[in-house]
Amino acid sequence: MDLARLHHMANQIARNFAVQGDEAAIVATLDHLKLFWDPRMKAAILAGDRSGLEPIAQAAVERVAGIQK
Amino acid sequence: MGYERQADFGTPEVLSETSVTLTIDGAAVTVPSGTSVMRAAALAGRKIPSLCASDCLQAFGSCRLCLVEIDGQRGAPASCTTPAAEGMSVHTATERVQKLRRGVMELYLSDHPADCSACAQGDCEIAEQAKHAGIETSRYTIGSTSPEVPQDCSNPYFDFDPAKCIVCSRCVRACDEVQGTFALTIEGRGFKSKVSAGQADDSFLSSECVSCGACVQACPTGALQEKAVAEIGMPDRAVVTTCAYCGVGCTFRAELKGDQVVRMVPWKDGKANHGHSCVKGRFAWGYANHKDRITQPMVRESIDQPWREVGWDEAFAFTAQRLLSIKAKHGAGALGGITSSRCTNEETFLVQKLVRAGFGTNNVDTCARVCHSPTGYGLKTTFGTSAGTQDFDSVMQADVILVIGANPTDAHPVFASRMKRRLKQGAQLIVIDPRRIDLVRMPHVEAAYHLPLQPGTNVAVLTAMAHVIVIEGLADEAFIRERCDWDEYSDWAAYVSDPRHSPEVLEPVTRVPAADLRAAARLFANAGNGAIYYGLGVTEHSQGSSTVMAIANLAMATGNIGRAGVGVNPLRGQNNVQGACDMGSFPHELSGYRHVSDDAARALFEADWGVVLDPEPGLRIPNMLDAALDGSFRALYVQGEDILQSDPNTHHVAAGLKAMELVIVHDLFLNETADYAHVFLPGSTFLEKDGTFTNAERRIQLVAKVIEPANGLEDWQVTQGLARAIGLDWNYTHPREIMAEVARLTPSFAGVSFERLAEEGSLQWPVTANAPHGTPVMHMDGFVRGKGKFVVTDYVPTDEKTGPRYPLLLTTGRILSQYNVGAQTRRTENVVWHEEDLLEMHPADADLRGLKSGDWTRLASRTGETTLRLTVTDRVAPGVVYTTFHHPATQANVVTTEYSDWATNCPEYKVTAVQVLPSNGPTEWQESYASWSQKSRRITVEPVE
Repeated sequence: MDLARLHHMANQIARNFAVQGDEAAIVATLDHLKLFWDPRMKAAILAGDRSGLEPIAQAAVERVAGIQK
Repeated sequence: MGYERQADFGTPEVLSETSVTLTIDGAAVTVPSGTSVMRAAALAGRKIPSLCASDCLQAFGSCRLCLVEIDGQRGAPASCTTPAAEGMSVHTATERVQKLRRGVMELYLSDHPADCSACAQGDCEIAEQAKHAGIETSRYTIGSTSPEVPQDCSNPYFDFDPAKCIVCSRCVRACDEVQGTFALTIEGRGFKSKVSAGQADDSFLSSECVSCGACVQACPTGALQEKAVAEIGMPDRAVVTTCAYCGVGCTFRAELKGDQVVRMVPWKDGKANHGHSCVKGRFAWGYANHKDRITQPMVRESIDQPWREVGWDEAFAFTAQRLLSIKAKHGAGALGGITSSRCTNEETFLVQKLVRAGFGTNNVDTCARVCHSPTGYGLKTTFGTSAGTQDFDSVMQADVILVIGANPTDAHPVFASRMKRRLKQGAQLIVIDPRRIDLVRMPHVEAAYHLPLQPGTNVAVLTAMAHVIVIEGLADEAFIRERCDWDEYSDWAAYVSDPRHSPEVLEPVTRVPAADLRAAARLFANAGNGAIYYGLGVTEHSQGSSTVMAIANLAMATGNIGRAGVGVNPLRGQNNVQGACDMGSFPHELSGYRHVSDDAARALFEADWGVVLDPEPGLRIPNMLDAALDGSFRALYVQGEDILQSDPNTHHVAAGLKAMELVIVHDLFLNETADYAHVFLPGSTFLEKDGTFTNAERRIQLVAKVIEPANGLEDWQVTQGLARAIGLDWNYTHPREIMAEVARLTPSFAGVSFERLAEEGSLQWPVTANAPHGTPVMHMDGFVRGKGKFVVTDYVPTDEKTGPRYPLLLTTGRILSQYNVGAQTRRTENVVWHEEDLLEMHPADADLRGLKSGDWTRLASRTGETTLRLTVTDRVAPGVVYTTFHHPATQANVVTTEYSDWATNCPEYKVTAVQVLPSNGPTEWQESYASWSQKSRRITVEPVE
């Protein structure tokens, strides 16, 4: 999967939840990834370089990683 | 059924809480107060003769045939204009009135051609009424004073023969009252008076006539008659079915002579359309017999080879072998499917079942991905269910109608006619749209406010409206406290109240004058009944889901949910978008919108289907294409959708399709996607299948097989053939069995069956034990999710930015005569109204570039470029250009980007930064695509096994 595209998607989700405040936005972004992303998309974003992720998206992805461990 | 005209009661039904009882020729009948004597007589089984009356039209009192005698009243009043009264005693067939009628009929016959073909065919009420009156000839000289007026054969579907016209005005009134276009008038006086379309020099084609067919249906004499009736003859049988174009879901009588469809006539008992139609549903069904139609399955090893015609068995075996091979080598996740919003609920259900239970993956998506997926997300989040809240009739009780991002007169014309009727009665209109759509100002309709926002700023505009409503104390606090989560409302109210969300502060972003926005917000909040209607101008944005939720917030804040006349109403683009979504077409949801991770829901399906289902969501369409490029997605079954033409960034779609090992296209025609396919499974039209469609008001309606499928199989049978070939033991014998399965697995469809649908005519889901007759208006006593949820929707600007290279914003849409990618309508006479896609540009932008209407222009974005001709118009604001996407030669989606809605990946078709410059010919891509497409469509004809 195109990592830049996945980063764009994750950042876009996070930006739309950001108004809820950081912690709530991280949880909402995490839930969104769980509910709507195919496993290979989650695997690709977990496996790749995460520097293209904005802070809320990055935190959410790290929690996905934590759950999968 | 055999053939007989639809029943007509002479004047419209009257709804009244009181009633009157009268006698008609001695028989007592009780009718609602205000009912005409004519209708009362018809209800009593005493049909009174008439020529100018119809229950689709207000009484006119012109023809003087419907005269009756009433005890205690002088003269012989017209029964159509005389209200029934308590104790009235009416006589419909006295010697006196019969003599009067004979005299009147003689006058009509004197001005009616003796050789009237409609009379001969039995399609002329003059002949019927003359026979009823007992006369065959007139004492007056026939036609002596009637001037010779040539026929108007300009319309591709119907002719107007003034010689047969009796100037009863039914056509003029139908155009005014039913359609609301006011294109027709009576020109001249006395014997020189005649029906005229538009101005003196206009023909029907050049006039403002929208070819809805209401005039043809209203005409009593055959003066206005379908060309098909003249060519084929009068029908001898009729079958009621449902239209396969837009989400209004009009029901029609398909009228046939033998096995040949003669005409489609809107069914007066249809609950979505009430006997009205548009140019597409009424006339544009000829694609079913178009020479381009493919009726033989075809296969090929690679996409650079010509197609090879095969039999069904070989096609299924060829496909199954490759599907199973790919699955064995790359896993179930390498396979997927796309369901069609044009196909029936039953066909859609089977495709998603094939993917989940047969392929073993949740990689199933639907064309709703690119239109109303944000509606599903937004309304489920706020209200608890993924559907509009009202029935169409609700609009007749609205006081203020807010139309945002929708163009109903073009895209949902039959509903638009009803909306216009309500507006003519005095309801007020607010239009939020970058373009000045027709509803903003048209005969007898004018919007109170048109807010011409900058494309991409829907959320900012709605937040500013909410700001005004909250700050000015216009919110319906009692409703919110009772029906919604108060804490969530408080958070939302605090957010929208912030001064940075005021119309004045946001004006530089939205470009909507703050004073107009404030006034519009006040008007809506004080509406009484405020109803919101929206379309793809809301959903096809990077904040499509946010906008849907902002609309829901606005409706809840003003208490406009849970009763007739209000609500949140998505106008669905295709005939069965609602149904396709209901049937579990999304990769994360089973039918009835239950998430695949819901163990209890999954267990229900697993027990019924005898398989284990994947609890993880599958790929959406754009993700499938991305995954194809990285090699993890290799086989796609596409039923009834042309993703190459309809999805954004055509180059990316083409690359994704080209990367796949197996593309199976199941369609009527070799569409653009089929250029990249290995298997073509011919589809059946809506005229050739049984099933159900669900329209935008959640109304489930029967689709009836009118003629046998030209390809030999209905689409559900094709999917079943494929399923059996990969080893599934499916044995459905009729779509009713599939609906029975849907009903037992889907709570909101629990009470739906073909038998119940036949009994009730239609049912609006949820149909449950508590609502056995369906649910016209939702959330009456509480939201499906419990408390209504206010969601703070922050305005996040799109990443698509204008700049020096691409200074204009392109937005796309569709027009009345064409339907989506045009696969159907381009193969009908509708092309006379739209031969090509045109680019609309404001005069200021055109002047700057030295462009004028008719010029070829090059439309370029960062993803691609195409050429098309220009129309200069102030319908669009400076800085905004607009085009349609109906023609593959243009392929507007070469230009659109992959930016999409943050929650659903619905493409952002409505905002693309572009440049427009003069051009002298097609782009390199257009030329190479045309060449490739021609090569890809070669067919090698070999003997069929």
